[in-house]
Amino acid sequence: MDSSTIEFIQQLINGLSLGATYALIALGYTMVFGVLRFINFAHGDILMLGSFAGFYCGPWLTAFTRKLAGNPDPARDLTGIQEWVGPWESLLGLALVLVVVMSACAVFGMLVEFLCYRPLRNRPRITVLITAIGVSLFIESMGQFLFGAAPRFFPELISDRSIDFSAHGEQWAGLTLLRSQVLTILVTGVLLIALTLLVKRTKIGMAMRALAFNPTACALMGVNVSLIVSFTFGLGSALGGAAGILSSIERPSIDPLMGVLFGLKAFVAAVLGGIGNLAGAVLGGLLIGVIEIMVVAYGPATYRDAVAFAVLIVILLLRPSGLLGRNVREKV
Amino acid sequence: MSLLSLDNVTVQFGGLKAVSEVSFSIAAGELVGLIGPNGAGKTTVFNLITGVYAPTVGKIAFDGKAVAGKRPYLITARGIARTFQNIRLFPSMTVFDNVRCACNMHLKHGISHALWRGAKVAAEEARIEAEVMELLGIFDLADDRDANCKSLPYGAQRRLEIVRALATKPRLLLLDEPAAGMNPTEKMELMKLIRFVQEKFALAVLLVEHDMKVVMGICERIAVLDYGQKIAEGTPAEIRANPKVIAAYLGKEVSPEPIGGT
Amino acid sequence: MREFERTKIVLLVTIALVALLAFVCNRSPEFLQSRIYDILLGIGISIILAEGLNLVNGYTGQFSLGHAGFMAVGAFLGSAMSLGIAFPYLDGPTWAGAGWTVIFKVLQQGFAWLVNAFFWLHNGIIALSSGAPGWAKFLIALIYGGATAALSGLLVGVPSLRLKGDYLAIVTLGFNEIIRVIIQNAEPLGAQRGLTGVPSNTNFFWVFAFAALTIYVVHNLVHSTYGRGFLSVRDDEIAAESMGINTTKYKVLAFVVGAAFAGVAGTLFAHQKQYINPESFNFIRSVDIVVMVILGGMGNTVGVCIAAVLLTILPEILRDVAKLEWLPIWLREVAENRMIIYSLILIILMLARPQGLFGGWGKKKGAA
Ligand SMILES: Nc1ncnc2c1ncn2[C@@H]1O[C@H](COP(=O)(O)OP(=O)(O)OP(=O)(O)O)[C@@H](O)[C@H]1O
Ligand SMILES: [Mg+2]
Repeated sequence: MDSSTIEFIQQLINGLSLGATYALIALGYTMVFGVLRFINFAHGDILMLGSFAGFYCGPWLTAFTRKLAGNPDPARDLTGIQEWVGPWESLLGLALVLVVVMSACAVFGMLVEFLCYRPLRNRPRITVLITAIGVSLFIESMGQFLFGAAPRFFPELISDRSIDFSAHGEQWAGLTLLRSQVLTILVTGVLLIALTLLVKRTKIGMAMRALAFNPTACALMGVNVSLIVSFTFGLGSALGGAAGILSSIERPSIDPLMGVLFGLKAFVAAVLGGIGNLAGAVLGGLLIGVIEIMVVAYGPATYRDAVAFAVLIVILLLRPSGLLGRNVREKV
Repeated sequence: MSLLSLDNVTVQFGGLKAVSEVSFSIAAGELVGLIGPNGAGKTTVFNLITGVYAPTVGKIAFDGKAVAGKRPYLITARGIARTFQNIRLFPSMTVFDNVRCACNMHLKHGISHALWRGAKVAAEEARIEAEVMELLGIFDLADDRDANCKSLPYGAQRRLEIVRALATKPRLLLLDEPAAGMNPTEKMELMKLIRFVQEKFALAVLLVEHDMKVVMGICERIAVLDYGQKIAEGTPAEIRANPKVIAAYLGKEVSPEPIGGT
Repeated sequence: MREFERTKIVLLVTIALVALLAFVCNRSPEFLQSRIYDILLGIGISIILAEGLNLVNGYTGQFSLGHAGFMAVGAFLGSAMSLGIAFPYLDGPTWAGAGWTVIFKVLQQGFAWLVNAFFWLHNGIIALSSGAPGWAKFLIALIYGGATAALSGLLVGVPSLRLKGDYLAIVTLGFNEIIRVIIQNAEPLGAQRGLTGVPSNTNFFWVFAFAALTIYVVHNLVHSTYGRGFLSVRDDEIAAESMGINTTKYKVLAFVVGAAFAGVAGTLFAHQKQYINPESFNFIRSVDIVVMVILGGMGNTVGVCIAAVLLTILPEILRDVAKLEWLPIWLREVAENRMIIYSLILIILMLARPQGLFGGWGKKKGAA
């Protein structure tokens, strides 16, 4: 294998790990769209809140798990899976951070739904859309007010080092695979499986699907629509929070406006995959991540942030229902 | 030659064939009824003819030219106008403006005239006003011209929809349950009006109506849909006697007597 | 019918009045230097922006969130005109050894031709207007800024106006970002540094003459056959199509007219501040304009005008409040961050009064 192939694999890995973050946020867009038929503009900002929650509670929780493990030497030699994902106590710490942050984001998401969107349930869509824009701006500006506008440095929750491939041959030496990338992809995978099981196998998941299929019939069948909507918001926001932690481990500079572009690109991912479709959101997220990284690597890098929008425009023109979406026509 | 012809038209929504292999035609100046139980596909046929949906297979021709899948406004420009089963007036507009909107198609002045508002615009607006007021007068809505359309009673809103459709100067008018929610006297009045405008403007009319008495009384010919398929077509007498139609209506009696009685 | 004539007279009288006021202003150099004068110009520019967007978001019901993009086009290209910045022509592709990539090369060549045609026009206008007096040059820059923004509005509108509601909002936002990124990459336009030294041509007369023209155009369009087309598209697109109304045409028209005024406003803005940076035409800027339209009540010319005035003064007041030393520090920080207040306005307005602050009055009743 020559160096350009290695380079390509490297970019593919970078793209996939970025895409995994997009996928997590895209899932939130898609789920909320499924039950409410509306695009939660403020969803990207949940990622920012997750990041800052991790920023504040992360060091404290990881210190706690390290103490629990009796402060083992972080530089010691690791073997097996631990070599890939880090020592167990820092993994435990990360898990703890994820659980705390995801719960906090879930509560926040449900609160926003309860305060801002629920009173508007039967209002024109444009009203809800404007409210969502307002909520998004409010979270961002409150973030600037509380956390300061300047970028912060996300704490090192796991010792993020590159995994060594040179043992497998000289040519692999150029490849850098970071622990955070492995973890991002792994955690996304696990969350995805959990989510699929939840939606396919549980009663509340069935209610969510029913609500997405036919809201009126669903309400008539005695499903508690408000509860399901609330739950969906919670679930989506929890995934958004997880995305915040995972993306910040890899790109540790965080600021209150970081959610804007992440959110927009994830939205593009959701549309690309077919909005309302869970598998589509993941596929779209990974594709957008890879396309973005490829453009940075092989194309005009300064157009990085415009790429996703170009993709959005192309997809909406060629196949507005997305790659995996179904075409629904308005009944007249 | 027929004015409108549907040839083997099918439309599919996911797994559901809402309209399946339907063929029929309407001649110029004819008044045809389209009946069928709820969900039979009558409104869908209207949507296909007016371009709101494109057929999955089949041909639709108006005046000898194919219209299937064309944009609705282009089809309206050819001379097909419609009303909607669930009233779709322009809620923010007055009665007068609702109808004036439908005249836009026939206006000749360009945007510069609209900005300058010279004599040409004034003349054209005056002409439209006269036309609109005449139509409103026929349907007894002239006094409500400045009322908001949503403040009208239900029956008047239905009549306003017909006026709006007529303002596009159609040759074929599609009426989707125009008498729904009206009492028998109002229904009779409306049907007389429809006959009147049909003759006055030399229109062909395709009428969807659930009240058999009304349909049998007014239509020259009737087509029956059931589960998206055309199960019968013929004169009111033939339809009344058709066993398939009786079966489709599940033993419901198909109109005992024509309008006006014997 | 007399109403038809009246609007023209009102426009002419307003412009005459503006000219007179401008003349009075010019007598006092201190006033021209004052902050009040600056704010006044800002108000006029806001009115142009908000009324243009009102045509799209309000009267036609197409929720656009990218107005600042068109403002940027007008600001940068209008300034390029004033500064005499010519564009270097793009090179075509190299054809040697093309192989199967010839498809891309053909596309590239076509793109280069298109862009060069535009550059040729741009450079030509610069060459032609080089000898013109200052005011004529500025007028050319204003018209050019408006025209190029209208053109970009056409390019953006045709594909995106097939979409509705949330989708349209996000796609227009996306175009806003794309326009900004393109300018950031355009070396002749100063790339990320922006343009400096734009002549200070904007004055009371130009700003308010164009504000009056904007209101005139929007008012006359809305109260014409075209206006009924816009409203029908907003009210019920399917019914409008079925009544023979080419909804695409009306949507694109509204969009192009709105973009044209945004372009003029951009040129005015650039010649007021004398310095422009692509960063300042981001989506927050678009939101500023959207808030004006919503606060004024979408599709309400008078209300939007008042909202544009209020929301241009508000940040200035907030800036003063932030300086008050006796206020608690957190309050002063809130005042400094006007987006907190804007976003709260949006949320509360939507929950309590979605028709806008001034919705319901001064609204078009119907008859022309
Ligand atoms: N856009 C659509 N997507 C999916 N299914 C549709 C759509 N439009 C209509 N249908 C289905 O097609 C079938 C026919 O509907 P249609 O409205 O044409 O019936 P109809 O004969 O007009 O009934 P009614 O007498 O109740 O008005 C129904 O089962 C309906 O649910
Ligand atoms: Mg029907």
